[in-house]
Amino acid sequence: MTGWCERQRNILDVALASLRRRRGKNLSLLVVYSLTVFLGASVMFYSAGLKREARLLLSAAPELVVQRLSAGRHDLIPVAYAEGIRTIRGVGTVAPRLWGYYYDAVYGANYTVQVPTLPPPAGEIVIGPGIARLRKVAAGDLLPFLSYRREDLLLQVREILPAESELVSTDLLLLAEADFRALFSFPSGVATDLTVTVRNPQEVATVARKIVERFPDTRPILREEMQATYAAVFDWRGGLLLVLFGVVLLAFIIFAWDKAAGLSAEERREIGILKGIGWETGDILTLKFWEGTSISLTAFLLGTLLAYVHVFLLQAPLLAATLKGWAVLYPDFRLVSRIDAFQLTVLFVLTVIPYTVATLVPSWRAATIDPDSVMRD
Amino acid sequence: MPLRRADIFGVLTASGLLLLLALVLRGSGPDPAEADRLTRLQRLVTEAQLTDLALLTEARYTRHPTQADHFAPFQDHPLALDHFPSGMFWSPRRPAP
Repeated sequence: MTGWCERQRNILDVALASLRRRRGKNLSLLVVYSLTVFLGASVMFYSAGLKREARLLLSAAPELVVQRLSAGRHDLIPVAYAEGIRTIRGVGTVAPRLWGYYYDAVYGANYTVQVPTLPPPAGEIVIGPGIARLRKVAAGDLLPFLSYRREDLLLQVREILPAESELVSTDLLLLAEADFRALFSFPSGVATDLTVTVRNPQEVATVARKIVERFPDTRPILREEMQATYAAVFDWRGGLLLVLFGVVLLAFIIFAWDKAAGLSAEERREIGILKGIGWETGDILTLKFWEGTSISLTAFLLGTLLAYVHVFLLQAPLLAATLKGWAVLYPDFRLVSRIDAFQLTVLFVLTVIPYTVATLVPSWRAATIDPDSVMRD
Repeated sequence: MPLRRADIFGVLTASGLLLLLALVLRGSGPDPAEADRLTRLQRLVTEAQLTDLALLTEARYTRHPTQADHFAPFQDHPLALDHFPSGMFWSPRRPAP
């Protein structure tokens, strides 16, 4: 065993010396390889972190939301529907939910305006930290709004939601029902949608089906569906991110193949000399294996560790720019530093295996080279 | 005796792998501060009756994807580029029921 280890150590020494002799070519390969791993790992860590936050936070979301559809579009729901839904067996409580969007023309930002279960007194609002940052206001300040009747509505900031809640509240504006209806000239007797609680959690789907049977113009949305939506949105295997990553990976495979397949005259001479002094085909294959492994392992470690720093310590500036898009309000949040063995395994398989496969054939060709012909050349 | 290249490579690679292992283990253990933060945020979600993350505020269907039609970003066809930049995160797959 000691002899085997010592042999591998010697071959690794030769492999590293050989890589060092062609440092320009190998360094460029290492940089491109590390960047590929970095991109893949960043997307994977970021989307997994967001999915986890969504799943945990939305486990506290309403059990069931009932929307009304009118000609296939979301419409306001009559509060009278709540009475009918309440009579369905298994239903606990039914409450109207009032929410909408307010476009701040001065700042070009969209706020989510909502009446919570415990609203602030009329004339006062609770705002998310993003709005406070944008409008530069503190608790006690007055914020002017333009109602749908073109009348000014002055609301006093009662409280700013804590910074740790940015991910759910950055653009949130909580206010009293009277202020909500005054701001949007919202008709009485209707709500944006209804929230329903079900006594037995096992029966939520059944209750949802009964609601649709009783009120065919409604669309129930289950809490599980809300969580599933975010799981699908931030699935790194979906969307354009997959296309981007696939293209980068393909470009990398072509690059790696080109670098590894084209044996330079120097490399051929080196292999010829090694075989000439007694190295066997198996030894040359081992040498090529160690050359490939040192590059791929180094790139994997560099790319993964850099992605960890990028996503969890620097708040993923490269990806956040894409997520922010044209939005004026963007939450200032830090994802919980969490990676798991499954992610690392998938990343390893996706990045190291293609490189290994791409270099397999050239390695074999290199190992079976005829020393006599090489040295004559 | 001077250090050989293979030894330096071995030490550096092992350190990197150990660091990765430490990061995996760090994230797998219970974290009381994190649990407290989650409890506070879940209380806010319940009290305000929130259904979505305030992450993508540029369009209605990106701000409240759970309340919008699933096909909202794919009006042209399932793989068409979306009008909004954050739409690149959307998957044309239907969420599992």
